[in-house]
Amino acid sequence: MTLVQLQQRIKELEEQLKQERIKHEGVQQPVRDKISQMSSEVVDSNPYSRLMALKRMGIVDNYEKIREFTVAVVGVGGVGSVTAEMLTRCGIVLFPCSCSRLMALKRMGIVDNYEKIREFTVAVVGVGGVGSVTAEMLTRCGIGKLLLFDYDKVELANMNRLFFQPHQAGLSKVEAAAKTLVSINPDVAMETYNYNITTMDNFQDFMNRISHSSLSGGPVDLVLSCVDNFEARMAINSACNELNMSWFESGVSENAVSGHIQFIVPGDTACFACAPPLIVASNIDEKTLKRDGVCAASLPTTMGIVAGFLVQNTLKYLLGFGEVTYYLGYSALTDFFPTMRLRPNTMCDDNHCRQRQVEFQAKPPVQKEETGAAVSGGNEVVHEDNDWGITLVDETIEVEDSRHGDVALGLVAGIKTAYSIPAPEVSSTLTNEANLDSSISLEELMAQMKSI
Amino acid sequence: MVDDSTKKSLSGIPLLKTKAGPRDKDLWVQRLKEEYQGLIQYVQNNKSADNDWFRLESNKEGTRWFGKCWYIHNLLKYEFDVEFDIPVTYPTTAPEIALPELDGKTAKMFRGGKICLSDHFKPLWARNVPRFGIAHAMALGLGPWLAVEIPDLIEKGIVSYKEKSEG
Repeated sequence: MTLVQLQQRIKELEEQLKQERIKHEGVQQPVRDKISQMSSEVVDSNPYSRLMALKRMGIVDNYEKIREFTVAVVGVGGVGSVTAEMLTRCGIVLFPCSCSRLMALKRMGIVDNYEKIREFTVAVVGVGGVGSVTAEMLTRCGIGKLLLFDYDKVELANMNRLFFQPHQAGLSKVEAAAKTLVSINPDVAMETYNYNITTMDNFQDFMNRISHSSLSGGPVDLVLSCVDNFEARMAINSACNELNMSWFESGVSENAVSGHIQFIVPGDTACFACAPPLIVASNIDEKTLKRDGVCAASLPTTMGIVAGFLVQNTLKYLLGFGEVTYYLGYSALTDFFPTMRLRPNTMCDDNHCRQRQVEFQAKPPVQKEETGAAVSGGNEVVHEDNDWGITLVDETIEVEDSRHGDVALGLVAGIKTAYSIPAPEVSSTLTNEANLDSSISLEELMAQMKSI
Repeated sequence: MVDDSTKKSLSGIPLLKTKAGPRDKDLWVQRLKEEYQGLIQYVQNNKSADNDWFRLESNKEGTRWFGKCWYIHNLLKYEFDVEFDIPVTYPTTAPEIALPELDGKTAKMFRGGKICLSDHFKPLWARNVPRFGIAHAMALGLGPWLAVEIPDLIEKGIVSYKEKSEG
């Protein structure tokens, strides 16, 4: 074989390998890079050259406008499928982000600046049942940039949730997610972080990332918590209180039949540490709930619904349409959706929360309103005398006054705190006054512990 | 519900005073000293009650802990590695104790072998911030978990006895 033939053969084999990989991994690689602006340049790689030529020739004077239109093809049979293909090849549906269906929101007067979506950066923390679907929705909406945080791997046990596919088992969730998302919409910038945000080093990096990773190098526009544990939620809460960044908390209960989203604006609303975790009444007697042998159940439905609520409110907040809901609960068994707005706890444990509250109170009223402009309304139900915190989980502990401080949280019917916290002064029933000797050095103590 | 023996061992552990986490620099060192004193006291209590069941040590920053725990079943000693990180939100949130070698072997675990604590643990911990420390987490979290899960895992043949050189 000649050199040229060999080179030709290598090329063919590489192409075959590529096809096999696609088949094997099931992930469709984007066939080409994103095209942000339709060009009329006549080169082989430009799929629009022949269309834009219509403009050059003076037949159509604004061909690129094609990307703003929506066409509904009803019936995708012999005529319909070819019609759809023709439209696609004309440039109508090729770009999910600046896509016509979404731009139609603008034409219909729902959103007045949909294309602004491309300027926003959102951090999704936790890429599990809720987070992966959230990231996919934002990707399909054409969000500017996504930051994905998770330290878990895809497992076959995750297949009862949406998004991930069996062939991705073993891959890190962020890596697998980024691959799929980029293939869905190559226009979205993507950064992935495969670590646990609650440990010292990672937390510092997490704070740096969310405060410097927007498309303009500033803080991200919104942080979405899609994590599945209290520790990570509290870590996000500390970071956002410290950095003064708004965020959405989301969650699905361990019994899979209730969920919630909560919009947290430091200083303005209750932060995640202002009260014990809230739970949506599921109408199941907790005592009859069997937990034998399992930690948690999950359903793709509940998770998909919560992700939908989360992204819907994210879009409303970012693009400034409709009303952002501060707290939206979902009880699957009764299809009950309580909403409310929570005031911050002046005695919150988090000192940055208290600091933000002081700053918020010092703002002139107009500005306060502005802060809440995009988020006006909501069901501001305040029940001063609501007996929140009535749940007593452990009977061996004395009943505490559940309304310590002046926390009139304003919980609506159907929402309660997971447990109550005693007032700071009340001493525990397990009191055992320690006389800890502070003269001993840490090194001595470490050595003592080792030598036991 | 906390059973009586757990309650008894809890009451023997000194309560901590300093509310500080690993991001609090000097205050964290103070807290760490209290943690060690609490642990030393607890281990000594266990030894004198003939119920010695774990050893722990930490890196010098006190942010990462590791050691061994064991459970006696039918006169045989089953030993496991224990590890956990101190989260930045500690002590508001409890450490998530893990037994990595049992990861994937029981449904009562989260990823990485983190044990699934009872419904009572978190409320009790939250009510006792900052007085509860690592020793309390061991007594209230890992101790009862081992007592329920290990006999079950042995019975199912998932955990089997391994001859160890040390006593």
